[in-house]
Amino acid sequence: MKFPLLIPIWTATLSLVVAAFASTEKQIFLQGIGASFPAPLYQRWIAEFREIRPDIEVNYQAIGSGAGIKALKRGIVDFAASDAIASREGVAIPKGIVTIPVIGGSVVLGYNLPGITSLRLSRKAYIDIFLGKITRWNDPSIASTNCEVTLPNLPILVVTRSDGSGTTFALTRHLSAISQDFKNAIGANKSVAWPAGVAGKGNDGVTTLIRQIPGAIGYIEYSYAVSSKVTFPELQNKSGNFVRATPASGYAALSSISSSEGSPTDPDGKEDYPIVTFSWLLLYRTYEDAEKSRALKAFVGYALTTGQSFAEKLGYVPLPSLMVKKTREKLTSVNSKPRPAVE
Amino acid sequence: MKKKKKGGGLSRPDWLHALCWTAAVATVALLVWIVLEIFSQALPSIRKFGLRFFVHVSWDPNTDRFGVLPFLVGTIISSVLALLIALPLGVAIAIFLSEDFLPSIFRQSIRFIIELLAAIPSVVYGLWGIAVVIPIVQRGGNWLSNSLGFIPLFQGPVFGNSMLAASLVLALMILPTITAVSRTALVDVPKTLREGAYALGATRWEAIFGVILPTATPGIVAATVLALGRAMGETMAVAMLIGNSTRLTFSLLSPAGTLASLLANQFAEAEGLQVSSLMHAALLLMLLTLLVNATGEIILRRTQRIIVKIVKIR
Repeated sequence: MKFPLLIPIWTATLSLVVAAFASTEKQIFLQGIGASFPAPLYQRWIAEFREIRPDIEVNYQAIGSGAGIKALKRGIVDFAASDAIASREGVAIPKGIVTIPVIGGSVVLGYNLPGITSLRLSRKAYIDIFLGKITRWNDPSIASTNCEVTLPNLPILVVTRSDGSGTTFALTRHLSAISQDFKNAIGANKSVAWPAGVAGKGNDGVTTLIRQIPGAIGYIEYSYAVSSKVTFPELQNKSGNFVRATPASGYAALSSISSSEGSPTDPDGKEDYPIVTFSWLLLYRTYEDAEKSRALKAFVGYALTTGQSFAEKLGYVPLPSLMVKKTREKLTSVNSKPRPAVE
Repeated sequence: MKKKKKGGGLSRPDWLHALCWTAAVATVALLVWIVLEIFSQALPSIRKFGLRFFVHVSWDPNTDRFGVLPFLVGTIISSVLALLIALPLGVAIAIFLSEDFLPSIFRQSIRFIIELLAAIPSVVYGLWGIAVVIPIVQRGGNWLSNSLGFIPLFQGPVFGNSMLAASLVLALMILPTITAVSRTALVDVPKTLREGAYALGATRWEAIFGVILPTATPGIVAATVLALGRAMGETMAVAMLIGNSTRLTFSLLSPAGTLASLLANQFAEAEGLQVSSLMHAALLLMLLTLLVNATGEIILRRTQRIIVKIVKIR
């Protein structure tokens, strides 16, 4: 009785499955796992790239840079992404891997002080806030650089990341570079033991906490601060200027170094925003599959050229042009195993 | 064994018998496999830290020094506090539902709604906690720490995300377990005992407090222990509300962490010794919940035996 009814359903399902396989047959799949910080931009690249090259299907999962590198070592993904690549600083890059900087970003200190929209923090002030030494907003070391605003007598509630993250790495790396105290007490890592405060998971978790707690200050990616309208202070840079995080000040900071093997820890230009980071793609030097390596090079090449134009709008910092040039040269070293043509 | 009793040499039950056996053995094997896998991954941390792992107060991936004491304390305080809030409430509801205060249809629907609480995903509890409980804890916490801040238990500064917020939501989450198991225990009190109490001239409340509750106590204790097990293992809602600090704290108003929330937070980006220390913590959490659940189960079994005895004595 029921069986004849099911036949059309079965046929429909079957034909759908067949159709799905038939249409994907010619496609090249690229699978990547990595950091969450650049994920919104990568997703945009993937979507835009699909328009140009429908034969290449890129899939990126923002599970974490640690997970990405692990997967890359085991050979279960085609590429990984990370915000930290120096081997002494948490992430060991295995041999046979090419690191490609693809985008930059800046880290801001989002705060929640009702009514106060502009704030300047000296180097000493923001170091001491994260060391837990300054505990109230009307502390003289904050007030001295903010004569025009009346700071409330509120406790400073520090918000940090509970999970390991490239954002934490960028901040602690900068703080360790400018303060010996910070380096000794906390140090630079993707996940550190903070002496004070509350912690949230992910940029969104930290953003939620900052918005919910009056008196809070925490570190988030610039893009998150902009999209969720969190206010952030001007920070004092190496030259003593107070600089607000903008794509321009981030670009200036990233341009301050010539090597692509690490982010600037304390850029010294006058207009440089102090806390910036690169984000890298990790590729194999040689791929088994020639089609795959070609497809991947096409995608990364796209990211380095046209892809850079989406960066600013999404709150990232585009790569300095000199670095783009260098990186594209580096990309040519990625190739596939020479294989005798047997077919 | 059962097959023999039925005395059928049919092939169908035999086949079923084999299937059931395999399923049962597979489940046990799976548990053993999980434990072994976690243990083997935890081994580097076990070797390096040994017992110090349980007393060391810092969790610092930067210097590779890991200790779970803050999280152990956080797990115990948050779940015990949740239990203190949920137990009186749950038992009161169970009494209400097992007596005939209301027509059966209302009792059934109340019971159904309370059991529905158990079906809400924990991330929803977490979101609800962020939207509703945190602001309340912020306001109440400020008042508490201003007036009673000299007691370490209520020390500021108040973030909102805290042990107290997590415990309040946990209490709600374990309420259905306590209510359901206690209600069963109360309903299972032999009718003869109730009638005996009434026959001696006891009022309803005298009967409840003098006879029914004491008889059902082991069942209620079992409910408590099972709920404790659930509270200790709860991850998502706690991670969203507790504030995830890695420092040892005894203040209910400051951020803390539990073993489960530590795992949820740090596992994705962990490397090297940190992974194996997280596995070590997972092993500890698993042993704790296994222990608690087994205790609950044993008490529950014993209750049933006692009740059977009472009925037999009569």
